[in-house]
Amino acid sequence: MISFNLLVLVSLLYVAFLFIVAFVAERRAALGKTGWLRSSAIYTLSLSIYCTAWTFYGAVGYAARSGLEFLTIYLGPTLVMIGWWWLVRKLVRIGRAQRLTSIADLISSRFGKSTGLGVMVTVLAIIGITPYIALQLQSVTQSIAVFAAGSGEVWAQRDLDGAAMWVAIGLAVFTVVFGTRNLDAHERHDGIVLAIAVEAVVKLFALIAVGIFVVWGVAGGVGATMDLIDASAQSQWAPSPSRWIGLIFVSGAAFLCLPRMFQVLVVENSDERALGTASWAFPTYLMLMSLFVVPIAVVGLDLMPEGSNPDLFVVTLPLSEGREGLAILAFLGGFSSATSMVIVATLALATMVSNHIVAPSWLTSRTTGAAVSGDVRGVVVASRRIAIGVIMTLGYIYFRLSGGGTALAAIGLVSFTGIMQVLPAMIGGVFWRGANRWGAGAGIAIGFAVWAWTQFLPSFGIDGVISQAVFDNGPFGINWLRPHALFGIEGIDPLVHVAFWSMLLNSGAVVLVSVLTFPNPLERLQGAQFVNVYDYSSDARAWSQSAAQAEDLLVMTQRILGSAEAQTVFRAEAQMQGKSGFLPDVTPDFIGKLEREMSGSIGAAAAHAMIGQLTEGATVSVDDLMAVADETAQIVEYSNQLEAKSAEQERTARALREANDKLTALSIQKDAFLSQISHELRTPMTSIRSFSDILRDGEVDGDARRRFAGIIHDETNRLTRLLDDLLDLGVLESGQVQLNIGEGTLADVIDRAVLASGIDETKVSISRRANAEAVTLSTDMDRLSQVFINLISNVAKYCDADEPELRIIVRPMDGQLAVDFCDNGTGVPQESQSVIFEKFSRLEDEGKAGGAGLGLAICRQIMTAIGGGIAYLPGQGGAAFRVTIPTD
Amino acid sequence: MGQRVLLIEDEPNIIEAVSYILSRDGWTVHTHSDGETAIEKVMQGVPDLIILDVMLPGRSGYDILRDLRAAAETKDTPVMMLTARGQAKDRELAIGLGATQFMTKPFSNAEVLESVRALAGS
Repeated sequence: MISFNLLVLVSLLYVAFLFIVAFVAERRAALGKTGWLRSSAIYTLSLSIYCTAWTFYGAVGYAARSGLEFLTIYLGPTLVMIGWWWLVRKLVRIGRAQRLTSIADLISSRFGKSTGLGVMVTVLAIIGITPYIALQLQSVTQSIAVFAAGSGEVWAQRDLDGAAMWVAIGLAVFTVVFGTRNLDAHERHDGIVLAIAVEAVVKLFALIAVGIFVVWGVAGGVGATMDLIDASAQSQWAPSPSRWIGLIFVSGAAFLCLPRMFQVLVVENSDERALGTASWAFPTYLMLMSLFVVPIAVVGLDLMPEGSNPDLFVVTLPLSEGREGLAILAFLGGFSSATSMVIVATLALATMVSNHIVAPSWLTSRTTGAAVSGDVRGVVVASRRIAIGVIMTLGYIYFRLSGGGTALAAIGLVSFTGIMQVLPAMIGGVFWRGANRWGAGAGIAIGFAVWAWTQFLPSFGIDGVISQAVFDNGPFGINWLRPHALFGIEGIDPLVHVAFWSMLLNSGAVVLVSVLTFPNPLERLQGAQFVNVYDYSSDARAWSQSAAQAEDLLVMTQRILGSAEAQTVFRAEAQMQGKSGFLPDVTPDFIGKLEREMSGSIGAAAAHAMIGQLTEGATVSVDDLMAVADETAQIVEYSNQLEAKSAEQERTARALREANDKLTALSIQKDAFLSQISHELRTPMTSIRSFSDILRDGEVDGDARRRFAGIIHDETNRLTRLLDDLLDLGVLESGQVQLNIGEGTLADVIDRAVLASGIDETKVSISRRANAEAVTLSTDMDRLSQVFINLISNVAKYCDADEPELRIIVRPMDGQLAVDFCDNGTGVPQESQSVIFEKFSRLEDEGKAGGAGLGLAICRQIMTAIGGGIAYLPGQGGAAFRVTIPTD
Repeated sequence: MGQRVLLIEDEPNIIEAVSYILSRDGWTVHTHSDGETAIEKVMQGVPDLIILDVMLPGRSGYDILRDLRAAAETKDTPVMMLTARGQAKDRELAIGLGATQFMTKPFSNAEVLESVRALAGS
């Protein structure tokens, strides 16, 4: 048989190795070389402290007793990591944003930094976790006992309890050394994390090694193992759905609520992205851990003598087969599972004790309000070290008292359901702004009571704490309070019973009491920051605390005082402290100075609140918050006004831009118009001037002189007409035209127009219908006539047919009178039809006709003025215009 | 003398006036009143001087000038631009395109004669 001394030596060497690993990690972290130390692989492995000795040894025992039910313990966390990934991420983000140190801190902080809630959760956790720590000590002791029994060394058998004590002391020392080295509460523990990551590998490796040995070395391969499993009683086992769901729920909830899980999952998390890896890698780890559980259980039951403890099959099976090396490896695996859990759980609990029980009571016992001072830190660290010792001692005492009689898994489940009572307050606090401290407190209290009454106290056994009579008839004969049949509902599995009633009453209390009571302002503020954490924390950066505070303060101060000013203040302080650069140690003096500097800029209340938010331990008073809220409201109001103003300015600017564009366009139009007028005026003036020069020279004969004088005369008339047209158009366009309404027949107007146009009726034949034109009109006869003259003379000018014809067709149309003027020329080209009513739109080809291109523009203005219209009619086989005249 | 001047202008009265004074001064005056076919007309027999109106039916005087300056036959032919739009930018445009002389309507006969003599004589 193996030498017991060898086992002790190997264990000590292993412990020494862990010390070295942790020490190296701490050194690297201190030097800032945190690279792989904070990788997602290490993070995932550190999560494996979920797998304690309960899972390492206990899962096999569980499987031996209850078949596949042990899987639920793995399924809960797996579902959380995969399905509730977003919840874990939110917790991590909140933990980062709020610098949370523990699950108690989460609850306390969320509900207005409530001291009472912090104490409640801490007490609940200690009561729930102490048995669990005892369980780990027990498992180590039991596994040592296996070796001791075989070794024949009397001292070893006699002093097993002593072994447990030495293990407890060793773990306490390790935790104190690596858990409280740093003064700051939310510093990461790189040493501990790396050590438990190493232990995670060791326990996985050990369990798989044993599993492979059992399947291939003992059972004789996969097929043989399967036959054994089929033949075993375990294969007959059928799951109870309610118990499965209950167990999965409990283990999932515990995964989120267990202090040690919160420690590694949230507090030690250095990078949110590591969660992405962990969400698949951790379930994979759990899967590997559970792979060989059933084979080991079945083969163990088959081979080991009747009455052997199945919880220890992992060690006893290799031993019985003479594989001592493998047995030692298995022992180290179990040892790793136990120690890693104890270390982190103790650390987490000690943090809770020192932060939520010791520090608040120490502070209230002091009159000075120096919230941030070296004194407090000294007290915190000392209390944390003492708490580690006390908790370890409690675990040891519990272990001694319980005598190691209870099956491992049962203790684990008691612990799980106990700590699960935090869940409703946590979920409510993270997702529901309405949740408040009264609700959270009521929920936890009721849940705790139900758990204690229906599971924790009964776990000491019948007549342990609760007598058989109370189990049967309820306390004081109150039947509906029987521990396993609350409200008289019997026959439920005890675990489902406690999970169901405690969660129902707990959640109900959280919701109901929160609805019925009112939160204080700090709670409202914290509630918003927790529930809307993604709005409040844009960046999840990793901070090194001592530097981070100074850096945070500098960043904030720069925002308020400006960079140069802020850097001067910080550099001066750093020099005073004998440091280079501008990140001084954050001392109370310095904080006071900063607060004074900043209050000059933003007001005392705001400065106090902002500094308070950044410096640890300082709480913001309600008065401060109200003052901040007032100032903030003013700022919000002011910025809203600014926003409104700037929106208005933008509108004005846009309107100005549009006006400017319009003016520019108008200016371009004006330039083009003037340029056109210039051309139209200068052309006849050129002829007049040139011919008058010639005439003045006097060397011109009589005929030529008469001809030139005629040209001058015509060009003068042309100029006059142009000016008349321009003036006319100006009046019409300005809308100030005076209409001279008179009565007359359409035939009369057309007669006058034909006459006035000067058209030669021997060259252009005009066809008209007398009876259609016998319509009496009431309009401005002169203006209408002007339009007709224009249209008729256009025919004379532009109709290019050999025998020009003009047809004037009159017909009533839509309550108006339509008068069409159609000739038989080529008409207006399609591309020009849209512009002929614009000023100076004289078509280039028709330039010879001498018009300035104002006629149709004037016609359109006239027809608009008298309430009618004029349009070009395409497709009439020539130029065709329709004039519409109102007839009523 | 007897040098040839080509007048490209669309206003009949102006054609008559300019032709009259130049003929009287001894020049051989050819006229053309369409923008589109002006280049063809020039190329039928490059004159000693071209008087070119800006606003022509079919094609603007500026475009015609650009083509004249691009063609080997006419790149050195003196061109006097006439325009009824007397703005500074019109003058700049014309000179920039290579016009030898720029004259704004209405002009005095003496001015025209003087310029024509100066350009064709050079």
